Amino acid sequence: MKRLMIPLMLMITTVGMAQVPSGEAILEKVDENQIARNRKIIYEMLIHGRRGSRTLKAQSWIEGADRSFTEYLEPPRESGTKMLKLQEQLWTYSPSTDRIIKISGHMLRQSVMGSDLSYEDMMEDRHLLRLYEAEVVGEETFMERPCWVLKLTAKETDVAYHSRDIWVDKERYLALKENRYAKSGKLLKTTEVKSVIKEGDRWVGERVVFKDELKSGDGTEFLIESVTYDIDIPEYIFSKAALRK
Amino acid sequence: MLVPRLAMRNLLGAGLRTWLNVVVLSIAYVTIIWTQGFNIGMYQQISRSQIDAEYGGGQYWNENYDPYDPFALQEAHGVIPSTLQKWVRDRKATPLLITQGTIYPNGRIRTILLKGIDPEQKVLTIPSHFLTGESAMVPALIGNRMAKSTGLRIGDSVTLRWRDRDGTFDARDVEIVQIMRTSVQSIDNNQIWIPLETLQGMTQMEGEATLVVIDQQIGLKEKIEGWSFQSQDVLLKDIRDMMKARTISRGILYVILLFLAMLAIFNTQILSIFRRRKEMGTLMALGLTRAKLILLFTLEGAMHGLLAAIISAVYGIPLLTYFTFKGWPLPQSMDQYGIAIGDKLFPEYSAALIVGTTAVILLVTTVVSYLPSRRIAKLKPTDALRGKMT
Repeated sequence: MKRLMIPLMLMITTVGMAQVPSGEAILEKVDENQIARNRKIIYEMLIHGRRGSRTLKAQSWIEGADRSFTEYLEPPRESGTKMLKLQEQLWTYSPSTDRIIKISGHMLRQSVMGSDLSYEDMMEDRHLLRLYEAEVVGEETFMERPCWVLKLTAKETDVAYHSRDIWVDKERYLALKENRYAKSGKLLKTTEVKSVIKEGDRWVGERVVFKDELKSGDGTEFLIESVTYDIDIPEYIFSKAALRK
Repeated sequence: MLVPRLAMRNLLGAGLRTWLNVVVLSIAYVTIIWTQGFNIGMYQQISRSQIDAEYGGGQYWNENYDPYDPFALQEAHGVIPSTLQKWVRDRKATPLLITQGTIYPNGRIRTILLKGIDPEQKVLTIPSHFLTGESAMVPALIGNRMAKSTGLRIGDSVTLRWRDRDGTFDARDVEIVQIMRTSVQSIDNNQIWIPLETLQGMTQMEGEATLVVIDQQIGLKEKIEGWSFQSQDVLLKDIRDMMKARTISRGILYVILLFLAMLAIFNTQILSIFRRRKEMGTLMALGLTRAKLILLFTLEGAMHGLLAAIISAVYGIPLLTYFTFKGWPLPQSMDQYGIAIGDKLFPEYSAALIVGTTAVILLVTTVVSYLPSRRIAKLKPTDALRGKMT
């Protein structure tokens, strides 16, 4: 009996191990689900501040991490404000002044319209697998979905967040929850997906709450109205001429 | 000596009219010197504070540094050149590393300038020695305005977030070890001072600085590649321009004051010439030439200036001396103008200011007195004796 027990235990362990994919494999699937050639997205941002909440509505055309064009639709005060990002350069157009202003690339690190997101956070479209080493540290249920818990540690030095914990839906490979940490290990930002939608064969967080954990407040809700992937974006969208149109 | 004596006797004989003119002129005179003294004192006070606390004997800036562009700070740093390093070792220069950061006092987000300074430095009057203490947290020094606007007090801790040279976020808690009381807002508002080496480590910029402040004693400033030297003159240019603009606006006030005083003297002179025709005729009949008569009336007018100077000295010297030593208390609202002036303004009066103002007033008074007296040149003694003007 004893002779049978050892191979049996080894077999169970091996089968168990085989069911836990490697961190890299999970991250690759997360990237596959997330990264597209380009996307057009219409969204609302509900910014909860100390003095109340306000809602912004915008549409963005995003191509990789280098090119994006955003037009604010609501509220009327912000309506018509446009932003163009080409690599590290950013231009804004305000209809009230009818002027295009070039903003330093460092502005990308500033908060978007007083929200908990920076332009950098919003336009993040880099392959996580290229930036981080991933390790599966556990399994948890989040939003009633079984998830892999991954610990990501930066491979490169020019990454905004040195480490991250992400909760990846085991079936949909969508990161449902994320904690972003400073080099010192201090928790800086959290992201929680509250509802999801399926667009083609991709799963997307429909309502996501971003929160700057060092700041008081309830964070910023990001609500996707529609998203389309791999579309034909006319070239003029990513030009300065589009800002005045 | 006859004419000056006669002029003085006539002037004093005019009684209240003379003294009214003299008092008006003396008020203009004291006001000009007083306000000019405040102007000079203000410039000296601001310059001294800025030099002692921020500019030193000049600064070497990294070529990418632009104090008006906080977003360029990410690139504005470099290894301290060997010449400057020698001065730093000899305590004749102190390097400063500046980067952007964010603090969260009471859960509110606030963008700040994070400045690294050598705690042992003696080049600037910033009390950096408070940063030497042992603490588990990063010791930090802030100014009184920053303390007031953030609600931070000595012993409080606050979370600081920054990015290292590669742009990676890091965050730590800093402890406020001292609040410095300073009149220089450019070392206070939205700024946190921490030990230089700590900041260099935090940002992975070991041995680097954004700018190096030179001691005021260093005379020769070398050209260093990649670093531009900003002399005291260049650094104080904004303050000088501001004072120049103030001087122009004050100049308009002086002109109005002088114009009022001169109007009174001019009026007195015209009245005098009109009312004293018979006296002029008598003097001419007694042998006084027209030129001496003009001189007599011009002197009478000009002596208003002289008397005004004496009267001004009587009440002006104690008044001005009092403010020189006690200063003029400034309202709290002055602090919002962004100039390093402190709670009190101490005026400075130079000999050039007093002599110059006296000379200008005497000259203008003489010219104003002479202009109406020119009519005397056309006066016929016979008409004058009958009380007629020719």
